[in-house]
Amino acid sequence: MAQDRPTAIELLEAVREFLEQRVMPELDGHTAFFTRVSINVLAMLERELELGPGADEAEAKRLRALLGEDGDLARLNALLARRLREGALDDRRQEVVAHLRQTVRDKLAIANPRYLDESEPPAS
Amino acid sequence: MAEARDEAVAAALAAAVGRRLGAATAVERLERVAGGSSCETWSFDAADGAERRALILRRDPDGKPAEEALAGVDFGPGTDRDTECSVQVAVAAAGVPVPRVHFRLEPADGLGAGYVMDRVDGETIAPRILRRAAYAGARRAMARQCGDILARVHAVDVSGLPALHDLPPRVQLDQYRRLLDGLGEPHPVFELALRWLDEHLPPPSPPALVHGDFRNGNFVVGPEGIRAVLDWELAHLGDPMEDLGWLCVKSWRYGVDDKPVGGFGEREDLFAAYEAAGGAPVDRRAMRFWEIFGTLRWGEICLYQAYRHLSGQPRSVELAAIGRRASETEYDLLALIG
Repeated sequence: MAQDRPTAIELLEAVREFLEQRVMPELDGHTAFFTRVSINVLAMLERELELGPGADEAEAKRLRALLGEDGDLARLNALLARRLREGALDDRRQEVVAHLRQTVRDKLAIANPRYLDESEPPAS
Repeated sequence: MAEARDEAVAAALAAAVGRRLGAATAVERLERVAGGSSCETWSFDAADGAERRALILRRDPDGKPAEEALAGVDFGPGTDRDTECSVQVAVAAAGVPVPRVHFRLEPADGLGAGYVMDRVDGETIAPRILRRAAYAGARRAMARQCGDILARVHAVDVSGLPALHDLPPRVQLDQYRRLLDGLGEPHPVFELALRWLDEHLPPPSPPALVHGDFRNGNFVVGPEGIRAVLDWELAHLGDPMEDLGWLCVKSWRYGVDDKPVGGFGEREDLFAAYEAAGGAPVDRRAMRFWEIFGTLRWGEICLYQAYRHLSGQPRSVELAAIGRRASETEYDLLALIG
């Protein structure tokens, strides 16, 4: 049975707002630093809940095509890692890199979207 | 519990300081400095009425470094405090700016193994060094200062030092492959990087003393530039290019990506100063190897920090969060080798 509103994302947001608006102004030193870390983690989790399922599905689809195998994400990535270690995909490097580039972009969109913004060359 | 331990350290330190710096010397404002899992760092003042000295105590409480074998591998073997002290004294003699060592601990001090050195005044926090107006002059000077410093470090005669771990590129690559396996999750981007590194190993070079963690974040900086290089606990024998490469890893630019050297300088200034100070001609391909290796290394360190939290050694939201920063290094690696 699904939970009542607020949703998980909405609750994370509520906790984050509390920490930002009511707690941070009261703090300094190490506790302020760790609270800021915690706030950033909550924001990341909000993004993960929103973007994660779609990213995972796209990644699994690309991996099934790349590896010619089925399975869940954990199994597929373990397989990819093993084949890369063994050199079994050396002749398909461009395909592998294209897949990994997309995977890492989606990962960063959740973990640290600013890193993507700062690292991309400016649009011409 | 922590207070009792602090008091025990304060008492033993007061006696140790009294023996070396004069019986009337009092230890004041003693506090444990955060950071570093393998040994203790304490800040204190030694005051004898006339003079107040700002000092640091570094020690292995049980006389040897704490074991770090969480992921089934000896994670980048560090030095013990005696060796670290000897390295610091040796590089000081070579003209490298480091905190001056006042004395080594002895068993009679009852504090384990370690040493007391100057606490150098200045800024160590990299984003501040990179962004504050006060350090604009420092930023212009630091790439050349780094080159000069590293040339001196790498020229130290290692036969006069206690035994250091010899870690040529192939050995380090094996270490980080084993660490990845020990951490237990698949990381295809890191696998790609490991293969690239395996195929681009630099030619062997005579082992030199290397700092092992030479980066923005381990310097004490004033408006004039680098005042002291800290954290010699990862010093070892290896390829000198390793130190230059680590310094240029993108993560250590703290967002100032158009300054490849630590977010403050240009590679050509670093290299020119290094060679002018007697450093070997900089091998650009070895540099590329070590920058890529350094990116992988930092990525695995991020995962390892999260692993420490998950293993309760210690529980820490900061360590947990760092695990998610590995994705930044994956991005950087694909940009470098893709």
